[in-house]
Amino acid sequence: MAIRFIILTLLFLSSCTIPSLSLYEDQVGLMDWHQQYIGKVKHAVFHTQKTGRKRVVVSTEENVIASLDLRHGEIFWRHVLGINDVVDGIDIALGKYVITLSSDGSTLRAWNLPDGQMVWESFLRGSKHSKPLLLVPTNLKVDKDSLILVSSKGCLHAVSSIDGEILWTRDFAAESVEVQQVIQLDESDQIYVVGYAGSSQFHAYQINAMNGELLNHETAAFSGGFVGDVALVSSDTLVTLDTTRSILVTVSFKNRKIAFQETHLSNLGEDSSGMVEILPSSLTGMFTVKINNYKLFIRLTSEDKLEVVHKVDHETVVSDALVFSEGKEAFAVVEHGGSKVDITVKPGQDWNNNLVQESIEMDHQRGLVHKVFINNYLRTDRSHGFRALIVMEDHSLLLVQQGKIVWNREDALASIIDVTTSELPVEKEGVSVAKVEHSLFEWLKGHMLKLKGTLMLASPEDVAAIQAIRLKSSEKSKMTRDHNGFRKLLIVLTKARKIFALHSGDGRVVWSLLLHKSEACDSPTELNLYQWQTPHHHAMDENPSVLVVGRCGVSSKAPAILSFVDTYTGKELNSFDLVHSAVQVMPLPFTDSTEQRLHLLVDDDRRIHLYPKTSEAISIFQQEFSNIYWYSVEADNGIIKGHAVKSKCAGEVLDDFCFETRVLWSIIFPMESEKIIAAVSRKQNEVVHTQAKVTSEQDVMYKYISKNLLFVATVAPKASGHIGSADPDEAWLVVYLIDTITGRILHRMTHHGAQGPVHAVLSENWVVYHYFNLRAHRYEMSVTEIYDQSRAENKDVLKLVLGKHNLTAPVSSYSRPEITTKSQTYFFTHSVKAVAVTSTAKGITSKQLLIGTIGDQVLALDKRFLDPRRSINPTQAEKEEGIIPLADSLPIIPQSYVTHSLKVEGLRGILTVPAKLESTTLVFAYGVDLFYTRLAPSRTYDSLTEDFSYALLLLTIVALVAAIFVTWVLSEKKELREKWR
Amino acid sequence: MKKKLPLFALFLFFFSLLLFCHSSLAFESDELLVDDEEFGLEGGSKPQIKPREPAPTRSTTTTTRRKVSDQDSDSKIQFSLEHAFGDSDFVPAGTFSARLKTSSHGGQTLTKLRFSRNAFTGEDKEKFEKLLQDDDFYRIRLPSNTVSPPGRDYIISSVKARCLPREGLDEHFVIHMEGVNILAVNYGAFGACSYPRQLKLPHKWSFNSHTVLKNSEQAPRAPIFAEEVLGENGEGEIIPPPERSFWAKYWMYLIPLGLIVINAVTQAMNMPEEGVQGGGQTQQSAAAIQRGTGSAVRRR
Repeated sequence: MAIRFIILTLLFLSSCTIPSLSLYEDQVGLMDWHQQYIGKVKHAVFHTQKTGRKRVVVSTEENVIASLDLRHGEIFWRHVLGINDVVDGIDIALGKYVITLSSDGSTLRAWNLPDGQMVWESFLRGSKHSKPLLLVPTNLKVDKDSLILVSSKGCLHAVSSIDGEILWTRDFAAESVEVQQVIQLDESDQIYVVGYAGSSQFHAYQINAMNGELLNHETAAFSGGFVGDVALVSSDTLVTLDTTRSILVTVSFKNRKIAFQETHLSNLGEDSSGMVEILPSSLTGMFTVKINNYKLFIRLTSEDKLEVVHKVDHETVVSDALVFSEGKEAFAVVEHGGSKVDITVKPGQDWNNNLVQESIEMDHQRGLVHKVFINNYLRTDRSHGFRALIVMEDHSLLLVQQGKIVWNREDALASIIDVTTSELPVEKEGVSVAKVEHSLFEWLKGHMLKLKGTLMLASPEDVAAIQAIRLKSSEKSKMTRDHNGFRKLLIVLTKARKIFALHSGDGRVVWSLLLHKSEACDSPTELNLYQWQTPHHHAMDENPSVLVVGRCGVSSKAPAILSFVDTYTGKELNSFDLVHSAVQVMPLPFTDSTEQRLHLLVDDDRRIHLYPKTSEAISIFQQEFSNIYWYSVEADNGIIKGHAVKSKCAGEVLDDFCFETRVLWSIIFPMESEKIIAAVSRKQNEVVHTQAKVTSEQDVMYKYISKNLLFVATVAPKASGHIGSADPDEAWLVVYLIDTITGRILHRMTHHGAQGPVHAVLSENWVVYHYFNLRAHRYEMSVTEIYDQSRAENKDVLKLVLGKHNLTAPVSSYSRPEITTKSQTYFFTHSVKAVAVTSTAKGITSKQLLIGTIGDQVLALDKRFLDPRRSINPTQAEKEEGIIPLADSLPIIPQSYVTHSLKVEGLRGILTVPAKLESTTLVFAYGVDLFYTRLAPSRTYDSLTEDFSYALLLLTIVALVAAIFVTWVLSEKKELREKWR
Repeated sequence: MKKKLPLFALFLFFFSLLLFCHSSLAFESDELLVDDEEFGLEGGSKPQIKPREPAPTRSTTTTTRRKVSDQDSDSKIQFSLEHAFGDSDFVPAGTFSARLKTSSHGGQTLTKLRFSRNAFTGEDKEKFEKLLQDDDFYRIRLPSNTVSPPGRDYIISSVKARCLPREGLDEHFVIHMEGVNILAVNYGAFGACSYPRQLKLPHKWSFNSHTVLKNSEQAPRAPIFAEEVLGENGEGEIIPPPERSFWAKYWMYLIPLGLIVINAVTQAMNMPEEGVQGGGQTQQSAAAIQRGTGSAVRRR
């Protein structure tokens, strides 16, 4: 009996697997989501000739090459090239290879069209920079091979499309000719290469494309000089502008003769003052000129005269010419009309005729049309139909066919600049009974299913149903605040000036807003998001809002733009064009009575401006006037400065909200030996649970916790380039911990033979940074912890009881700190793209470092591994404390990848937000892709897991109660029998 | 005795000579060692600065003896400290003097820093008192390059004036150096400066200055282990410590299960006894007797 019992227990034991940090396969997608994007499309090539899957291959501004399903817009395959590997052109060769030219024309790659595998890669060398051009002629064929012509870096290369071999190269840089166009002559294996030498000498080369033999070279000088792009009008005529930008120059190089013909823009009846430029296009016999705010379509008549065909406003977009059915050409024109967008497809050379005219309703949040690509297909009635791929101002991609939007992609989300979070609305009272009943029934049903699953009674359909229930539990995508604080809105600012609110439950877009463009500002850029108003006391009747800070133009001196956006409704509440710039924005730890946070904006004259501009704000500010300090890091000059508020601005216009500042301290790094490469400060909203750290010897160490710590890393200027550019002897990395109130250097340490890039994270009393060690040829991570010695005497219990301690005394930065630091260094295998640390509501839970690896994954590494107190042989007491024996490298445990099998392509940042539940932190990683998950660094010790089977618990209790009753009845009966005996 | 003394002295003399020989030998090696150290540091690529440890505070009172250095005087440099009261302009307030040491590799470092402060004039006193009244900043600045001042710019540091007065005026300089460049200067009170800063006038209007010259510390190297140790450690780390076992998660099942099992076991213990009823007469009777007595006891 006993043996059976043991066996039973063992069986039961073995069925309960030991819990581990990682996920189970069926838990994927329960609390995480992953979204794939590509970015704003630059080029698109359709591949629809063959039967089978219709697709469009695109390259984007995020350096992504992707093949999209033309029916649904899904990604077939996708490659994210590096940050410096900008795509210059794409095309399809041999009907099966996607050819991409990237890295300023120096890398040519071929990808297999069906599956995206790389077939070959060629590096093209050249001496001089020139416009990269990619030409894949259709008729230059030798056997099964066809030629690819690439003009880049001053050379013309002919590359075999089968294996990427460079067949011949012709150097034009030697003749100082800058190639402008490579033109293929119809039905022959000759090509024209035209370019300028200097600004006025025109060269035309006729080359045999098969062997690179120069057939003819003509040159002619044009006194007016050339500027800007050229537009090819026919195979032997092109149009460009002269240096005054007021004369259109038609260059024809027919019959080995170069002829110039000048046409004054004013002769075409146009005002040529202002910005004139020729837009690159490939329409036959026609080209587009942009003058100020409108565009001109100009046609080259048969008598070589120019005439204006049409004049449109600048918002109109024209596609490239598309050749369909025996040399017929078509192009698309997209015009805006109110809330509608009109798409017209016109046959080449005939402006007044329309092949297709469609008008589609367009959400005004998408802004203007930026690009259009067209493709033709055969309709069921054998006539030609056209579909258009439209790129909008908000970077979204739409496919339009038959006057309808077939699909759309929100690709602005590939270019996130800044992220913040917002709480969801509080759940309102009054839930209907029916709903409760329904949900109760659902709940029971779900749990019965789960129970079945647990008891291994579930059929495959049931298992599928369980999985479906788990994945789309309505609970997690509700639009209300939850008890645990798991549901939040992720407010995301993108490069497209569009703000999205993503629901943290399932990642859907709750609302999106394209920021209003004011008349005064032509090219605004957005910078940062700040939480403007987070109501707690008025949570029921006031909505939180965010502040979007942008600037009008690129330079840091450009005037700032502020927008306020309601995070529940997605409406822009207000927007200001400021007169001053905003170099730095500082949220203050004060809020006014409406719970609007006070913000200081620093302009380029080092004045600070207070927002919101209310008298209440100024009175709050005045109280804290002498306690406001700020610092600035001038990385280019190698100077860090500390500032304080001095007085009100003195100016002609009295501005109560403007203050002068003064420099309190400065740190000047010698230019010849140090260059700032990283400056990291603590997260302002970080919570530290305890100041003291009890060591194994029953000793107390006090953490030096200051909100005003700044970590700065400098490297030798020689070693500031990429890894390998400097010898270990001339490379060093110096790290500093600086108090930003007094400018005191608390800690300074040199790593010899080390160089950047440095990624660092500063939290509580420690900093962890990642760099490259040139001597060891490996990446390293160092940790430094600071402890406060001035509080070290507070160990005596008696003292604490009697209140003779200084723990509650206010800490002043002006006191001389007595600190000790401890450091340790470990090797780390990966290079790193971003580092973050988990943050929880009360700071009790132990921390994990979140490391964005070079493989675009997020690795969670326990902070315990980066403890400077690790030693080779920890004592028993230290082991009990949780100190891990020292090793020279940090472990990479495959199960601890937060992103499990997924990749966050182009990873740029990791945001951690505390949930209300102390054990849990929310992680959002963004790059080209988005990934969101929930982490519990020390497990969910404060709640039952989601897959906890309440039904099983209930069943057990019921069974127990039943058993009690049964045994009671039995014993009663037995006793009765006994009594009767 | 009198005779013995010279003998003893002679002995001493010889001994000391011997010692001197030794010490001179040792001294030579010491010199070498010093050089060695510099070599080592130089090998560390940076024009490293001599005192590796932050030189213990060379505290000097206001009027420091300005020793005429016995070394060549051209290696001696001076740079001035300037101060400002609140937002006023900077005026000279003192002089730092130091020896410029040139290592054989061209790296230059400062050693033997001395500081002499100018006494406060009556006007200065008034200004300082004003600062104390307003709880304003007392600011100082140093050139960023000590050889060719001011270098790129001045290094500024400031402190709330109320932090300084004690007996006299206590000040503490920590000058962070990089070769001949001053990176930063931390200026402040010698001790604590508790927050609600009390207005307190000094008894003596003289400065009590402490200066520390600090250079960068070397970072500790990453520990390097033999392969096998690494393997062991690596292994040890890869397996996370078995966390709270299933008890933590399944106790609520286990306890009832245990109860049920115990129940079942006790049941089972009884069952066979009843099951053998037909066969084992003796046992049964024994049990019956037992039971009988038990019930008898109960009945009483």
